Amino acid sequence: MTQSSHTAELKVESGEELTHNVQPLLNEVRHALVKLLDDGGRTVIDLRSIPLAPGEEQKLLDELGRGEVHAQLSALGSSDFVETRYPGVWVVEHFNSNDEVIGKFIEVCDIPDLLRSQQDDIREGLEQLQTQLA
Amino acid sequence: MSETELLLWIRGPALQIATVIFVLGAVVRIAEILLLGRKKNLAEARGSAVAGGLRTIFSRSVPDRGTLQRSTFNVVAGYVFHIGFFITLFFFAPHILLFSDVFGVSWPSMPTPIVDATAIVTIIALLAVLAHRLRHPVMRFLSRFQDYLVWLLTILPLVTGYLAFHRIGLSPPMLMALHILSVELLMVIFPFTKLMHAFTIFMARYYNGAIAGYKGVHS
Amino acid sequence: MSKDKTLGEALRRQGVSRRGFLKFCAATASLMALPPGMAPVIAAALEKARRPSVIWLSFQECTGCTESLTRSHSPTVEGLIFDAISLDYHHTLQAAAGTAAEAAREAAMEENYGKYILVVDGSIPTANPGYSTIAGISNQDMLMDVAKGAAAIISVGTCAAFGGIPHANPNPTGAVSVSDLVKDKPIINVPGCPPIPVVITGVLAHFLTFGSIPELDQLGRPKVFYGKSIHDRCYRRPFYDKGLFAKTFDDEGAKKGWCLYELGCKGPTTYNACATTKWNEGTSFPIEAGHPCLGCSEPDFWDGGGFYKALSMPTEDITRTAVYAVGAGAAAGVALGAMNRAKKKRVEKAHQKATIDDLEKDG
Repeated sequence: MTQSSHTAELKVESGEELTHNVQPLLNEVRHALVKLLDDGGRTVIDLRSIPLAPGEEQKLLDELGRGEVHAQLSALGSSDFVETRYPGVWVVEHFNSNDEVIGKFIEVCDIPDLLRSQQDDIREGLEQLQTQLA
Repeated sequence: MSETELLLWIRGPALQIATVIFVLGAVVRIAEILLLGRKKNLAEARGSAVAGGLRTIFSRSVPDRGTLQRSTFNVVAGYVFHIGFFITLFFFAPHILLFSDVFGVSWPSMPTPIVDATAIVTIIALLAVLAHRLRHPVMRFLSRFQDYLVWLLTILPLVTGYLAFHRIGLSPPMLMALHILSVELLMVIFPFTKLMHAFTIFMARYYNGAIAGYKGVHS
Repeated sequence: MSKDKTLGEALRRQGVSRRGFLKFCAATASLMALPPGMAPVIAAALEKARRPSVIWLSFQECTGCTESLTRSHSPTVEGLIFDAISLDYHHTLQAAAGTAAEAAREAAMEENYGKYILVVDGSIPTANPGYSTIAGISNQDMLMDVAKGAAAIISVGTCAAFGGIPHANPNPTGAVSVSDLVKDKPIINVPGCPPIPVVITGVLAHFLTFGSIPELDQLGRPKVFYGKSIHDRCYRRPFYDKGLFAKTFDDEGAKKGWCLYELGCKGPTTYNACATTKWNEGTSFPIEAGHPCLGCSEPDFWDGGGFYKALSMPTEDITRTAVYAVGAGAAAGVALGAMNRAKKKRVEKAHQKATIDDLEKDG
């Protein structure tokens, strides 16, 4: 995106009165963490299903921050998995091959499903390896 | 007919019809009263009729002590209703837009939460007024069909307006349609009922004040 | 165009790993506005789903709906879904033209009779069949013919769903919607001018996953995308509730992002997914960009009183009517007043008192 002085003049400031969705969302994350510790159950929140005012999503992500893990997936475009500064809370972003966002989730779990190797893929990989060694 | 088409008809042709009946009816009645004229007072003028008339239009807005003591409920409930109705109708932002479109003038609105609360207070005042009319033996005896009809036509826009703003009960386009329809009903019945007092009280106050002013007495 | 392959096989053939397939299902669940927990259900269903044949007919349209759909390049979710279906006929996207194209259409119809999906964009003129034809066949004839063997019909865009801009006053072509003509097939309306791309593909995805029609509202629109009004999901709602409105496009209120009701926003009576799903992969939507909602997914939005007139304003010229009514009232009042005075004089001459009852009886 190009920055011009004209754009800077017309910058739209969002008033302090936003939709106040950040606090409830963080509370939802808190409940999910409790559940994760209790019975290992995972929770997935679809960020695109909630009406967030401009700037609120960034505020939420800034609050969650970045932790120890950053993983990248390359399948049908890239996907970003970031463990936030709260272990067990992952921010997952899916992109298509044009780097357009096709999904944005907060996953509360020990590891997001898509980071695991899948049984079907393992089986196919084994076949290929067997062919290679034969 | 879908809800959207109904709403468009109500905001369009129906409003035209209601406006014609309301304006034509009110103007005809006012013209008739004015043209009926007043009896000429052949005595010599002791004061100014015009000054007396104009002053009385405003002075009658303050209730005299005797009436206030004897009919406290009527006076208080009446004032609360009228002021509340005035605020809800003339100081709610979307309504001001309507008036600015039709009359070309606009004025500042009041914060919506205040108008919202005022609507509730006004509805309560109307309910109290109806209860009083039903329970007070003299009021009940004097009340005719028109009195109850006019009460209903007045409370419907307030209730439907409140529901439409808060989107309670039916789909929002339907609520909006019912609200505007209730106003159109009020407009259509208006010139044929005592609701004309909205215009005629100023004429009545003037006449009374003018008669007294001419005689040089207080009114 | 192998129509027997399932979607799972089709994706595997394209070299998509299981992990990639699961990512696709997660994105599809999001696109269909389903809870993330539904992704495994979608995965199970899509693996076994057959590729349906789709015939796309374009009538009196501006091609905006097709443009909206094809802006994103494959392989995106939209692109994959289009790979998942077998798009057997589409004017803008197909390579064939003329008799070859029509032959392809007829072949697809015959092979999949009773099972193909018919997608329509654009309204249908009825005043004169010659107003819009394809290969010499009028829109109306083609629609009725193709509809006969369709399993279901999707009306994409406000033109196909409700008549759209051709239908606007005075409607010189006699434009009507698909549902005005076809009465015996299930029709899904996906209105919008244009509709949000993910809404179009979300409806197709629903077919692929569940093999059925999603729940529809009273105007035939999928409730999952059109169940809530813009107003009820608008991030500027707190300003509306407090009564803080922008009065012009560049005043302080506008800069602070206040409610656009006074500038003509039709959000309160418009049902669409713009406020949550947004446009351009969730970038923004008209209100967020500072422009009031046009109400483009509703019938007759072109005739709804003007894009910049608030919802509380009348759709017609009331001022003129009121002025005429005052004039007419004054004239009638003068006439009646004169009659009343004449009666009063007559009665006075006869040396009798006139009371209000006398006037009321005859007046």
